[in-house]
Amino acid sequence: MSDLETKPADDTAAGGRVNPVDNKFTRSLSHVLSDLGKNGIFIALILVVVVFEILTNGVLLRPQNVSNLIVQNGYILILAIGMVMVIVAGHIDLSVGSVAAFVGALSGVFAVNMGLPAWLAIVLSLLIGAVVGAWQGFWIAYVGIPAFIVTLAGMLIFRGLTLVVLGNQNIGSFPDFYRALGNGFLTDVFGKYNIDPLSIGVAVIAIVLLVVQSIRTRRGRQSYAQAVEPLGWFVAKLVLVSAAVLLFAYALATFKGIPVTLIVLAVLILIYGIVMNRSVFGRHIYAIGGNLHAAELSGIKTRVVTFWLFVNMGFLAGLAGLVFTARLNLAGPKAGDGFELEAISAAFIGGAAVTGGVGTIGGAIVGGLIIGVLNNGMSIMGIGIEWQQAVKGLVLLLAVAFDVYNKRRSGGR
Amino acid sequence: MTTNILEMRNITKTFPGVKALQEVTLDVARGEVHAICGENGAGKSTLMKVLSGVYPFGTYEGDIVFENETMEFRDISDSEAVGVVIIHQELALSPYLSIAENIFLNNEIKGSFGLIDWNKTNIEASKLLARVGLRENPTTKVRDLGVGKQQLVEIAKALSKRVKLLILDEPTAALNDEDSDHLLDLILSLKGQNITSIIISHKLNEIKKIADTVTVIRDGKAIETIPKVDVTEDRIIKDMVGRDLEHRYPDHTPHIGEEILRVENWTAYHPQDPNRVMVDNVNLNVKRGEIVGIAGLMGAGRTEFAMSLFGRSYGTKISGQVFKNGKEIKTRTVSEAIDNGLAYATEDRKYYGLNLIEDIKRNISMASLKKLERGGLVDDNEEYKVADGYRKSMNIKAPSVLAKVGKLSGGNQQKVVLSKWIYSDPDVLILDEPTRGIDVGAKYEIYTIINRLAAEGKGVIVISSELPELIGICDRIYAIAEGRITGEVPIAEATPETLIKYMTMEKERI
Repeated sequence: MSDLETKPADDTAAGGRVNPVDNKFTRSLSHVLSDLGKNGIFIALILVVVVFEILTNGVLLRPQNVSNLIVQNGYILILAIGMVMVIVAGHIDLSVGSVAAFVGALSGVFAVNMGLPAWLAIVLSLLIGAVVGAWQGFWIAYVGIPAFIVTLAGMLIFRGLTLVVLGNQNIGSFPDFYRALGNGFLTDVFGKYNIDPLSIGVAVIAIVLLVVQSIRTRRGRQSYAQAVEPLGWFVAKLVLVSAAVLLFAYALATFKGIPVTLIVLAVLILIYGIVMNRSVFGRHIYAIGGNLHAAELSGIKTRVVTFWLFVNMGFLAGLAGLVFTARLNLAGPKAGDGFELEAISAAFIGGAAVTGGVGTIGGAIVGGLIIGVLNNGMSIMGIGIEWQQAVKGLVLLLAVAFDVYNKRRSGGR
Repeated sequence: MTTNILEMRNITKTFPGVKALQEVTLDVARGEVHAICGENGAGKSTLMKVLSGVYPFGTYEGDIVFENETMEFRDISDSEAVGVVIIHQELALSPYLSIAENIFLNNEIKGSFGLIDWNKTNIEASKLLARVGLRENPTTKVRDLGVGKQQLVEIAKALSKRVKLLILDEPTAALNDEDSDHLLDLILSLKGQNITSIIISHKLNEIKKIADTVTVIRDGKAIETIPKVDVTEDRIIKDMVGRDLEHRYPDHTPHIGEEILRVENWTAYHPQDPNRVMVDNVNLNVKRGEIVGIAGLMGAGRTEFAMSLFGRSYGTKISGQVFKNGKEIKTRTVSEAIDNGLAYATEDRKYYGLNLIEDIKRNISMASLKKLERGGLVDDNEEYKVADGYRKSMNIKAPSVLAKVGKLSGGNQQKVVLSKWIYSDPDVLILDEPTRGIDVGAKYEIYTIINRLAAEGKGVIVISSELPELIGICDRIYAIAEGRITGEVPIAEATPETLIKYMTMEKERI
């Protein structure tokens, strides 16, 4: 505890700290620095991208590869969204890979073996994902078995059931509508151009919305007399983000256009970002992870929240299973192997705390992208899978170590 | 001087900002049972931690002379090596190990090749168990024993270390009558084997039963040492509480209205031990604008009562009725209790009250997010405004409401807890040890806030083990002992002496 109350004199006298020169420049500089500290994960992503862009002689950021990065990692990012929510609440889910495989296999049964319409197969599969989540949520929230155990069991149970459903066979090939989930692009919607106008158009609209929303938030804060960041930094950040979005859109536009997976992801990030930041449910998740007892004694229905968290995780695991199956055009027994570990890594690299209470959707997505760039970059360089594994493990360890160090330095818990 | 086994001379122990012990001198004669009395926080446990090396030599001033030699204990193993063994209130046994394994933990009997000789371990353990009168197989797991028997295992462990001076910190606090009697008899029989004991306790009747000498500590000072023949309860009580009560509490003119809350026949049992009654048929009421105190020693059932009332957060087999404004209400879950206008600020802020890794704003809104919901989303700007309002009105000292609660001082943390509950707009607030661990200035501010709440027509229940505090701020005080209300004292008649009498009133004496 730093005694804000008892030692106000510390800043000047015995404490040894001298009042810093307080002017506009130092204030904005300290603001920028603290912002950079908070956004360390973004800087890490940029760093990883730059390093691999150099190491791969520019292959990494070629339009086709940028598009691949999204499509290849889509299902991990979907899982990372659910996983970071589970981790913030102080739990873990080891079963998502198996659940994804199980739902993928069932979708094969629905769409291929039974010949149901693709949309119906998708809806049914997602429902089953949610039911699986409800099953696990029941044991965790209402019976009180640690999530680690329940989902470890789930990992085995649903891997086994996947094999049962598949009966030692792969199921393929899927109808086109279904396959679009993993492979589709919105190509040439407005006719054939070298640069797809839709991609650029969507990017421009997104940038406009971002700017409008940022300004509204800033105005809102100001009208409630809250501190806001310096105007220069505010504008600079918007310009930087806009430029990045445009470059990304340009890459997509010169390849096949917007991948369907990206649309799915964007919708999910938007919805879950709002849920975690702004909804009562999201607030309750942070409160439970931060201090379960305090949350309970504040009237938060901790069991209900935990239950629905796992229902949601099951739903997202099912969706990830569909996207993965669609991409391979095949439901196989090995699908989803190791997905849980990549999703968990993404959440932790993205700044989630092992003890719960801390973590963001954005962080998990960026964490997932870092893993994706590492995978992709090392593959381009022709580095074998054995070294890829080792490097990813090391990155996870260093990311969490950095986080722990940072927290200790800032004197948090 | 040779009759004294221990002399602690002019012990002073300072924590940042607080003098916990000031020039305390304690002489313990060989072969006696020496009791140390004092209110919670008086410095008894600190003194014993200095003696046993928990606070190592160099972190305190003064001398410890044990068997005529000056000691410089660096840690507990140093003090145990010369035969000073402390048994803490929270027992230090490992539940999944056997009795014998616990007794010889870190003191293992080794045979050939440095491996543990289990036969000898169990035989030696049986001998020690016989000495403390515990008929159990030494291979029984400690978790299968009741608290009373676990206490005996602790003593057997102490005996295995060839104890000369045994220190027991509130040994009977968690025991039932039968186990307490057995333990006290054991202490007397150890005395016959020339083992000196220091017993910390505030149960006056048991002190009278076994102590040869009593030393009373108050505010970190040894007030007096009384030989057995002169010990009376009144004298001990007077020593324990006699302090200046003026100007530590803000003025308070009560405007007491109609009854706002009434609890009838409230009973709750221990969650792990459903036969042990923790809250026993409690009846009490609070009126509008009234500050009602609940005085009780630690473990008397105060917190258990409050938590069982507040959404059944404690205990099993809870029964009884709650009436608000004359109408019966249910408080089966915390959210139901909150919806019915109750609020409970916990005794342990950090463990039960706050999310330390979050900011002030989110802690204040935690119990009332529904109020901030606009179209399904939390209105952050409104939340900021509300929190900032409390920061100003409650005088929470922090740069902004975005500061993390974990970095605030205890007093400011408590103000955040109070803000949270005030924002939930309750009719009755139960405040459990609202000033524990916070400094005098902040205490005064908390008292002012409590007065303000009462002036607004709310009912306030304050639970505290600091009697001067209750007498200073309450309009009426209930005393609780062993889960039962043992007395109800209007403020005009409330003195520490009368309250302590009720608080230490045990079942058979009523």
